[in-house]
This record gives sequence, C-alpha cells and structure tokens, in this order.
Amino acid sequence: MQVNLTVNGDEVTREIEPRLLLVHFLRDELGLTGTHWGCDTSNCGTCVVLMDDEPVKSCTVLAAMAGGHAVRTVESLERDGTLDPVQQGFIEEHGLQCGFCTPGMMMTARALLDTNPNPSEAEIREAISGQICRCTGYQNIVKAIRWAAGHPLEPAGDTGS
Amino acid sequence: MATVENQPVGYGRHRRKEDPRFVRGKGTYVDDVSLPGMLHGAVLRSPLAHARITSIDVTAAQQHPKVRAVITGKDLEGLKLAWMPTLSGDVQAVLATDKVRFQGQEVAFVVADDRYAARDALELIDVEYEPLDPVVDARRALDADAPVIRDDVEGRADNHIFDWEAGDRAEADAVFANADVVVSQDMVYPRSHPAPMETCGSVADYDAVSGKLTLWTTTQAPHAHRTLYAIVAGLPEHKIRVIAPDIGGGFGNKVPIYPGYVCSVVGSIVTGKPVKWVEDRSENLMSTGFARDYLMHGEIAATRDGRILGVRTQVIADHGAFNATAQPTKFPAGFFSVFTGSYDLEAAHCSVTGVYTNKAPGGVAYACSFRITEAVYLVERMVDVLAAELGKDPAELRLQNFIKPEQFPYEAKTGWVYDSGDYETTMRKALDIAGYEELRREQAERRERGELMGIGVAFFTEAVGAGPRKHMDIAGLGMNDGAELRIHPTGKAVLRISVQTQGQGHETTFAQIVAEELGIPVDDIDVVHGDTDQTPFGLGTYGSRSTPVSGAAAAVAARKIRDKAKLIAATMLEAAPEDLEWEKGRFFVRGDPEQGKTIQEVALGAHGAFDLPDGMEGSLDAEAVYNPPNLTFPFGGYVCVVDVDPGTGQVKVRRFIAVDDCGPRINPMIVEGQIHGGLTDGVGMALMQQIAFDEDGNCLSGSFMDYLLPSSLEVPDWELGETVTPSPHHPIGAKGVGESATVGSPPCVINAVVDALSPLGVRHVDMPASPARVWAAMQGRAEPPA
Repeated sequence: MQVNLTVNGDEVTREIEPRLLLVHFLRDELGLTGTHWGCDTSNCGTCVVLMDDEPVKSCTVLAAMAGGHAVRTVESLERDGTLDPVQQGFIEEHGLQCGFCTPGMMMTARALLDTNPNPSEAEIREAISGQICRCTGYQNIVKAIRWAAGHPLEPAGDTGS
Repeated sequence: MATVENQPVGYGRHRRKEDPRFVRGKGTYVDDVSLPGMLHGAVLRSPLAHARITSIDVTAAQQHPKVRAVITGKDLEGLKLAWMPTLSGDVQAVLATDKVRFQGQEVAFVVADDRYAARDALELIDVEYEPLDPVVDARRALDADAPVIRDDVEGRADNHIFDWEAGDRAEADAVFANADVVVSQDMVYPRSHPAPMETCGSVADYDAVSGKLTLWTTTQAPHAHRTLYAIVAGLPEHKIRVIAPDIGGGFGNKVPIYPGYVCSVVGSIVTGKPVKWVEDRSENLMSTGFARDYLMHGEIAATRDGRILGVRTQVIADHGAFNATAQPTKFPAGFFSVFTGSYDLEAAHCSVTGVYTNKAPGGVAYACSFRITEAVYLVERMVDVLAAELGKDPAELRLQNFIKPEQFPYEAKTGWVYDSGDYETTMRKALDIAGYEELRREQAERRERGELMGIGVAFFTEAVGAGPRKHMDIAGLGMNDGAELRIHPTGKAVLRISVQTQGQGHETTFAQIVAEELGIPVDDIDVVHGDTDQTPFGLGTYGSRSTPVSGAAAAVAARKIRDKAKLIAATMLEAAPEDLEWEKGRFFVRGDPEQGKTIQEVALGAHGAFDLPDGMEGSLDAEAVYNPPNLTFPFGGYVCVVDVDPGTGQVKVRRFIAVDDCGPRINPMIVEGQIHGGLTDGVGMALMQQIAFDEDGNCLSGSFMDYLLPSSLEVPDWELGETVTPSPHHPIGAKGVGESATVGSPPCVINAVVDALSPLGVRHVDMPASPARVWAAMQGRAEPPA
C-alpha cells in the first residue's frame, strides 16, 4: 500500500507493507535511526515520536496509521545549527548516559513544554512516566527538562512560548 | 546557547563529549548499522523448558521467497559450531541438537531479506518435541530423582556444577558455638535481569576474499570476544575485527557471547552477505544473561552487647541450563566471599553449591561486581536481623562493629585485603544528611497513629577493578587492560583504550585523566574505543573495572609521556632536566618561571627539526598495560525512608540518602549520574524486578508488562554525599563506582521495609517486596496466597 505523511516537515510517499510499524518505517525506510526500538509492548518509550505534536510510541503505531499526519523525530529538534533547549538541557544537566532512551525522552519533553512551558517536577515525572531509562535514575532528566523550561525557544520557532 | 567554555583541564564537572551526537539522534548503535546487501536473521526458540527434539523440518521455511538460509543445530554440527565454550569452562548449545534445556533456547536461525520475512519464516519451521520433566526449583536440583539436564556431558548423572567455600569452617564453628547470640535467616536474592534499553544484537560481515570477519556487536568486552570467536569459530584472530559501536546500556548483560551472535556470523559465511541479528525484548529477558538467583541461609554470631563475632552462610546458586557465568576462573561464586562486609570479625565461612536448572544461562550480570550484590545483601540483612534480636539501633550496631581506619590495609577472614577506608565518617555523614534521629522521632509518632514508616540503614564495601593477573582471568585471559596515548605535533592527542563504554562516559573521563596528567585540554584529546583493530588488548568494562584498570593504564601512559617530554623540554630550553619543574601543562626552569615550554611546544619539538637527546626516538607516544596489584574497595553508607500503605502493602520510597566513597572523582557529575542509576536499579530489585517461572519452567517475566522496572514515579530525588579515601595502590587513587549503588541499595530498601513492618513482628521480607508479598507479611504469612 501507499502511505503519504509529513516527516520533520518533508512530504514523504512510500510503498509499504500494511503491517509495517512506524518505528521501522522511520528507521529502515527513511534512515532516521535516532528513533530507537526497545520493547514491543509500549512500555519503554524509547520509540516516542510526535504525531501532530502528540507523543506516540512508534512501535505500536502502524506506518499506515501515520498517513496524513505530521511526524516529528529527534532529528528535527536542532534548527539552523542551534540545539533545541531540551537537547541543551540534557547536556547541561547530564540527562543521559548511554543515550538510548534519550530521543524518546526529549520528544516527550518537547511536547510537554509546548503545552506547559513551566512544568513542575511532579508534572515532568508524570509526563515521562511511560518511558524507561536504565542509566540515569530520572533525576537528571527531570533537571534537564527544567533547564529547558528556563531557556525557552525563541519566538521565531513554531512551538515556542 | 551555552558552549563548552569554562570547562576544567583535568578532573571536574566536564560536560560529556559523547552528548552532542546522542542528543541529535546521531549515535550509532548496532541496529543503526546498515550495509549494502545486508540480510536479516531471526532465531527460532524453544517453547518448552525441557524436551527432547525428535525432528526439525525446515522445508517450508526454505521455500519462503525471501529466505536465504535456514540453519539448524545439525548444520552447525558439520561446522563443529553446535556447541560453544562458556566463560565458566562449560559448553553451551548455539543451536540445540539433542534437547532443549530452557524456554527460549535457540533452536534454528533464519536469514531473510528483511526482518519481517525472517520472523515469518520462523513460523514455517516444524519442530517436534518430546516433553521432559523440568528442574525449576534449584533446591530440588540435586534430589536423587531429579531429571538430569546435562546428559550431553558424558557420565553426568546429576545437576551438580560446583561446591566452593571460603573462610575457615572450624574457626567459624567454634566462634558460633561460644557466642552469646546466634541468629539465622533464610533469604532469596531472586533472579533478575539487567534489561538494558538496547537489546543484544550483531551485524556480521564476512569477506570471503580476504577471509576477514567484521562483527559489529553489543559487547562490553570487544577484545575478549574477538579472542573467543577465534577459538570458537577457528578463524585466525587477526582476521576478526570486533566493533562495539555505541552501546545502549550493558550492566553485565553484554559480557557473554550469545548464540545469536554466532548465528549471524555463520549466516554471513553461508550467504556471503552481511547479516544483522537483533533480538526482541522477550528474547532478551528470556534467554540472555540473567543475574543473581542465590538461595541463601545466613547466620550471624555476636556478644550480648552487640559485638559481631562471625558470619556464616550456605548458598544454593541457580546457574540455569549451562554454566555461562562470566567471572574470574578461580571464583565460581564470583567475589561472594566479601560477604564479611564492612565489619571486623573473628571468623567467617561460606559455602556455595552451584546447580543446573531448566532456566536461561548466565548468572553474573547486572552491575553486581561479581556477586558482591548478593554478599552485601546477605551481611546487611543479617546485621539488621541481629539488631532486631538485640533490640539495638541498626545504625549504632554498624558503627560499633566497623573496621577502624587504622586497621587498613585490613585482611578479612576470607582473605581479601581491603585497601583503605574510613567507614564511620561515611556512615555518620549519611545519618547526618538523613537527619536520622529526627526520622526516628517522626517514626515513633507515626507508629502511634498506626502508620508504617520504615528507616533502612546499610553499609557496603565493594571489591572492584579485577584484577591481578596472578589470581584473575576470564577464559584464560588475564584481567589486565591497556591504553595507548599519542600526542600529535600540534599537541592534540588520541588515547586508545581497551575498555568499552556503555554509557559511562569514557570518551570524557579518560580524556580527563590524560588532561589532569599532561595539562592538555579535554577537548583536545580524542578517546578511541570499541574497535579491536584500533585499540590495545584488554578485558573490557564490567565489574566497575574501567577506571581501576584501564584508567590506571591511561595515567601510567600519560606519565611516561610526561617523563619523556621533560627530557625534550630540557633540550629545547638548554637546561638540565633536574632543573625543570612541572606545572599542569608546562615545564619551566626552576627560579626562572618565564623560561618554559608548554606540552604543546614540546610535542612539536618531539616531531621537529632538531636533535633529540641521545638515544631518544622521535614522537611523543606511550603505551601501558596495567596489572593491578590488588582490587580497590569503594564503600558507602546509605539510608532509606519508606512508607508502607497498611491497606495494600504498597511500598513508597520517600527518601534515599547515599554517601559514596570511591576515592577521587574524575568527573563528579558522571559519578553522581552513575549512583543515581544504581540506586534506581536497587529500588527496582528490592521492590519490583523478578524473572519468575511457573512449575513447568515457563518464564513469566518475558516482557516489560511482566518484568517491572522503575519509572520516574517509583523513585525519589536522590540525596547524595561523598567522602574521599584514595586507594593507596592506584596511580590516581580512584576506586571505581559504577556498581556501588546497585550493590548497596537493595538491602537498604529491604531493611527499611522490614523496619516499617517490625511492629507487626516481621523480621524479613524477600525481594521483590511487592504489595502482595508485603501484605502477606503483614498478615503473618511468608508468601501471598496463590
């Protein structure tokens, strides 16, 4: 079947198997390997991408279901050579170690900050609670997202506050 | 946006050099490797825990239009690859030929054009099994009527693997016989799984023309793996290149060689194409290196006034269907004999019996420092059991019995020589941060109101940095590690190391070690790792050994360079070497500080157009292979506060205080991050994680829906402190910290849970202290109703 969608602002059209998962579509068809796969059961969240600005677990979304929607992956966070505050926050606050869960965590963080520019620690913990990190113990991820909240996107961006 | 200015030259909170690629999604993990013409493999696994294979029919799978090869154990027999040696001197089936011995065992391998087709073809393979009775309970493994699992080994008539002991049994028995107080406790350290976010996988690319195999693989020990592949597959070692790209967490899970890796190699040889194999999460949880699974009986002896005299323990160790634990050869129970803990004892004895069961192989994995998790759990639970018996405060009882600072180096009753320590200072610091006395007052008030608040205390001593090659090897390879340092003419440097980061940040911390020694900025030093064609030999990263071993090698190499640089600087300055002094990054003439040469100027001189001192070769390079004289012994004092819901048995960790002493911290930010992660693991193990089996040997924890890991909601903000007691024998005094928190936190959490339940008469709760189990304990039952 044919699927048409927007990925990181680009129109994409591909012939795919109907059963193809969005995570494999992004990784294997489009070469966007920043989105990772970790569990099959929607528990770990390393595959989180944004679909129409909402975080979704791309291991449990068919690529076909993304047809007509706008998908954003980690590769879109940096703009014109400037890191998204979320990316910079993860660096500043040591919010990552092995880096495997990081893209999913950052996409969730981006979506959170887009709707709630100044989240409390409890709100951040709630927002990332569907995602697992095995390295950091979460504390520095929370701090990273707080850092990003304190350094909002420039108004020129399409999602800033 | 912030940049990398104002970062330290040497130790300190340096932002990680790894992060710019990871935050952009530009890391390269094994599944990100894609080669022209690459095929995809998938493993068919046993649905049964114990069964004889009566037939395998692969005809239909072979006829699938996208299938390029189907490989069975019989095919591997022809290549002498059906069995492979384990890291514990046993053999393990690559693909089963005679029997399957655990649920999830590898039976066949399909190579197809894409990953979906490979999975489809697995469904087309028809395997007939004759079910056999499984051995699930390790306590029954040695029963006379237990089915023999390893009948592949000629003459084997039982499921016994080893008996091992440490300490002096007679001395311990005498101490126990004469003690005022002896208490005992059975406890289980349940089977768990490290479950790194990235599962295991490999991409094998065999070039039939050159005979060279390139293997991208999830390994914590690329060099050791290369050597073992050479031995297993009969390929010449120089024709094997193992590349560990970015690794998405390891925690011990990526130390062993798994059948899937070998199958990807065979698949590439058979098809002439690169073959990728990446396991799914269920495969990871059901078949790869589990951890723990120790059934322990502990005893502790003391005087009535609380002087601890001795500890004894007997252990049944469940090693699964193949003895594939990755640990030093002479230590079949790992370093479990450090179970004497942090206390000055008169006697100690332990005995460990290893048995086969119909479960996945493995055993030493998961940030355990070779079984020190089990050892520390045992002794720290026993001290609390004793405290309850004596009616003493558990913190006071520990303080009363610690090894004193002046006793170091301290020889424990099981032979370990602890290098340095100041336990009381560390424990008191943790108690101070916690506000321990105030917490006890609060607890008393809450108990008046019927609330179940618990305060847990634990103290651990680790033994890491394996190890002295005289005593320690894995599969015959001495546990040393190397570093090669090259200073380029412009003073930039490249450091090549044998250890393998899986998130520990070696690219940053190892550059910091060199920066501290030579004064070259951290960002001017590239660290190369994870490629056996580019790095020196060494045993890899596990057991918190990177800094203690390869980190020492890096410092030693840097000091060799500094020594040579001094001679070159002296020539350049027309001064005598003994008249030069060193400040970080620069030699200068004593008494005339203006006359000097920076390390960068010396580097150019080393490659430049003038005569070097007589007999000196050009360039500014050095290498070192470090053979540790002893292990290092990091330690820490922990306090945990929990609240137990009286209605449900749900445990909530309210606070956790961790004061760690790992010697000097190269990068405190990274050390703290590792402690955060380890504490989270500890809470997970104490309250949530268990790889469970039913009576038929079916794995009940084969997905993240059933194997529960802590999320951001189960763990608190960690409260950290530090003390600094350098190792006297390590070049930079550092001790290794990666596993400390994983080792120290589980007993602290359980001590807190038991403390909360103590008004109800509860003396012990096994891990994981799930709501059902805690609730049962509150009702006076050992286990929840079935």
